[in-house]
Amino acid sequence: MKILVTIKQVPDTATQVKIAADGKTIDTTGITWIVSPYDEFAVEEALRIKEKRGQGEVVAVSLGPDRVKEALRSSLAMGCDRAIHLNDAAWSAADTLATAKALAAVIKQEAPQLVLCGRQAIDDDMGAVTAQLAELLGWPCAYWIMEAAIDADGKTVRAARQVEGGLEVFDLPLPAVLAAQKGLNEPRYPTLKGIMGAKKKEIKDVKAADLGIASEPSQLSIVGLEALPPRPAGRIIQGDVPTAVKELVRALREDAKAI
Amino acid sequence: MPNAFWCIVEDDRNGSPKKVMAEVIGEAARLAPGRVEAVWLTDKASEAGLKQLGEWGAARVLLLENAVFVPYRSEVWAAAAADLAAKESPAAIFAPVTSRQREFVARLAARLGVGLSADSVRFAMDGDKLVATRPVYAGKLLSRVTWAKSPWVATLRPNVFRPADAQPGKTASVERPSLTAPGAQMKFVERREEVSTGLPELTEAETVISGGRGMKGPENYVILEELGRVIGAAVGASRAAVDAGWRPHRFQIGQTGRTISPKLYLGFGVSGAIQHLAGMRTSKVIVAVNKDPEAPIFKIADFGIVADLFEVVPELTKEFKKLLEK
Repeated sequence: MKILVTIKQVPDTATQVKIAADGKTIDTTGITWIVSPYDEFAVEEALRIKEKRGQGEVVAVSLGPDRVKEALRSSLAMGCDRAIHLNDAAWSAADTLATAKALAAVIKQEAPQLVLCGRQAIDDDMGAVTAQLAELLGWPCAYWIMEAAIDADGKTVRAARQVEGGLEVFDLPLPAVLAAQKGLNEPRYPTLKGIMGAKKKEIKDVKAADLGIASEPSQLSIVGLEALPPRPAGRIIQGDVPTAVKELVRALREDAKAI
Repeated sequence: MPNAFWCIVEDDRNGSPKKVMAEVIGEAARLAPGRVEAVWLTDKASEAGLKQLGEWGAARVLLLENAVFVPYRSEVWAAAAADLAAKESPAAIFAPVTSRQREFVARLAARLGVGLSADSVRFAMDGDKLVATRPVYAGKLLSRVTWAKSPWVATLRPNVFRPADAQPGKTASVERPSLTAPGAQMKFVERREEVSTGLPELTEAETVISGGRGMKGPENYVILEELGRVIGAAVGASRAAVDAGWRPHRFQIGQTGRTISPKLYLGFGVSGAIQHLAGMRTSKVIVAVNKDPEAPIFKIADFGIVADLFEVVPELTKEFKKLLEK
């Protein structure tokens, strides 16, 4: 079974982000880049499915500039077999739909039985590409999955999605798209052997023209980035615990009107 | 009606819209007075639910009532809603951020070939174009976005927008557009209910209590739940507490958990790591209780007490009880 995993390289959560001179993007100097954490759940699940079935191929795909190779390399170190890098300046301002169109074109070429994505990338937090891929491909889709099991024939995946108040379980005929939620699994750390082996694995560069995609403006565009308005200075309530608690309750009721 | 602002109804799976719809309808009415329509995909809408949508300010309800819509599947919903959108030409399609809407509207936007602004916290009209504002980079920045063409599809973060005031007696015209029920590829197997805590759902609650590493162990969350019962709050946890196995993942607040925006957030033994702040920094009032005066959460707290949470929580429960009994 061939499984395709989409990954995105994002700034590490702890990294400071500054607005670039253009006012629309971030200044990438000094940023530590990581694979978006949810994508690691997707990679791990793909590897587990392959291992359980004893055969198959896991292909990692990412869209972005040259630095994205590093993220693909770390997915290869975890155990993906090969990688595809959608690397073209035409995608530099791609919104979720443009990204989904590029990924869908690769998926049509690769024809995997299953596509696994992370629930959302932790930079722009849209959480949209998985569903948009499903729509462009005409495939069924399940979001925020906590379990995924392929049947013995490799015809369906049984997925449990997290919803308010519980889990909903569905059988999705393959091919299908799933969005991984935290709790699906515990991603492995790459072994030294994995890291060494990753250096020899293929990362194929793909341009928009290779996919037959005409350049088109993004449907959603960024007008500008802005810093958060500062929160008004808070107040540390002094005194022994009973006194401080009484004052807190009074302040919440009378000053903040929050209770 | 062409040019309407659609509000996709999130319901309680029992025929009534959830109260977050007052926020969605309220914001749509502020942007497009008199042009607000509710679009409801459900297996069964109640009369009371339809009445509620009218009182909140929907001029018209487009009701797509069919068993095929439950349980929710994005493939089915997107096909039906896109057909209706082609006939109706709405200017905007709004929905609250919930488990199904976040997937559904993304799929719908792709089907319509338009942009999507997810988890929006502010809207403004710039001439005849809509501009949305949404948090990015763990909530460290805000991004203003706009659409190349309509319908402008967006989800709205709950508890951020001012809810519409219900106007008793105001009614919506209810229409049931004819529908070719789309076929579904995925088949429902079962629903597994969570053990109910009897407390509100994390993302919907107006008050949220969060316990971090300072809780010291899973057994101690009972004191937070007791406080939660007194003030009607949901009880969540930080990543540290979830990764330690003290609470199931569904209770995690933060970047790899739930994003919340309650009127009141109370953090106990929560240090305030960036990834936690990403999930709660748009809360209106933030209270922090921590033994460590250097804990980063105090930097964004409106009120802080530097003390042992195990002394503060029982005292707070007692004081709130007194207050609310009055």
